[in-house]
Amino acid sequence: MKIQLRFFASVREKLGSSGELVELDAAITQASQVRALLVARGGVWAEVLASDRALRMAYNQQMIHGDMPLQDGGELAFFPPVTGG
Amino acid sequence: MLISVQTDDFDLSTELAKLRAGNPAIGAVVSFVGLVRDLNEGQQVSAMALEHYPGMTEKSLTMIATQATQRWNLIDCLIIHRVGALHALDQIVLVAAASAHRGEAFAACEFMMDYLKTEAPFWKKETTPAGERWVDARVTDETAMRKWQLAPESN
Repeated sequence: MKIQLRFFASVREKLGSSGELVELDAAITQASQVRALLVARGGVWAEVLASDRALRMAYNQQMIHGDMPLQDGGELAFFPPVTGG
Repeated sequence: MLISVQTDDFDLSTELAKLRAGNPAIGAVVSFVGLVRDLNEGQQVSAMALEHYPGMTEKSLTMIATQATQRWNLIDCLIIHRVGALHALDQIVLVAAASAHRGEAFAACEFMMDYLKTEAPFWKKETTPAGERWVDARVTDETAMRKWQLAPESN
C-alpha cells in the first residue's frame, strides 16, 4: 500500500524534507513499523526518528497514542511535541 | 462555534461582540489572549515564526472546542490562532467561551487553552540574538492538560 509521509517543524528541517509518498511491503501494516523502516535508513533519519526521542505521530490528521494500523492512501505525520498558544 | 487559523491579527472587542450578538441567554463570556513575549529561556526574542499542520490544525481545534462545549454546556465559543511571522507584542491566540453563568465559561476557557497547548499541531520558532531556535515543549503544559482528566466534574 501507499502512505503519504509528512514531516513538520524541527523534524522537517533536520530531514530536509516535508514529506514523501512511500510504497510499503505487505508486511508493513502499523505506524511503528514505518517509523522503524525510516530509522533503518540510518544517518539523520535514525537520529531524528529514533524511538527514544520525544516525537509525536499523527495518522490521518489525528494524534496517535500508542500504535496505529495503516490503510492504503493514509497520511502519517512525524513532528516534535507541539508548542502553540 | 468559530475556529480560525489565520495570518491576520484579530480584535478582541469585535470578536466578543460577534460571539454574543443577539443572544440574551449568554450571561458570561471569558476570554484569553496569548501574546509574543520578548524574553524566553533567558534570551531576547525579537520575532517568531509559527508553523502548523494545515487540515489537522483545524480538526484539532474543532475537537477541542466541541469537547469544551459539551462538557460545560457552552452557548458558544471561539478559537482564533495566528500562524506565520509574528513579533514581540503581537497577539498569537484568542480563546473565548460563552455560557449562562461564569463558572462554566471560566473552566471551559482554561480547558481549551490547556488542550490547545498540548494537542494542536503548532510549532514556534524564535529569533534571538544567538540565532533561530525551535521552542521546546514544557512539562508544565502537559501537567496542566492532565488535571482536566482527573476532574471530569470540574466547573
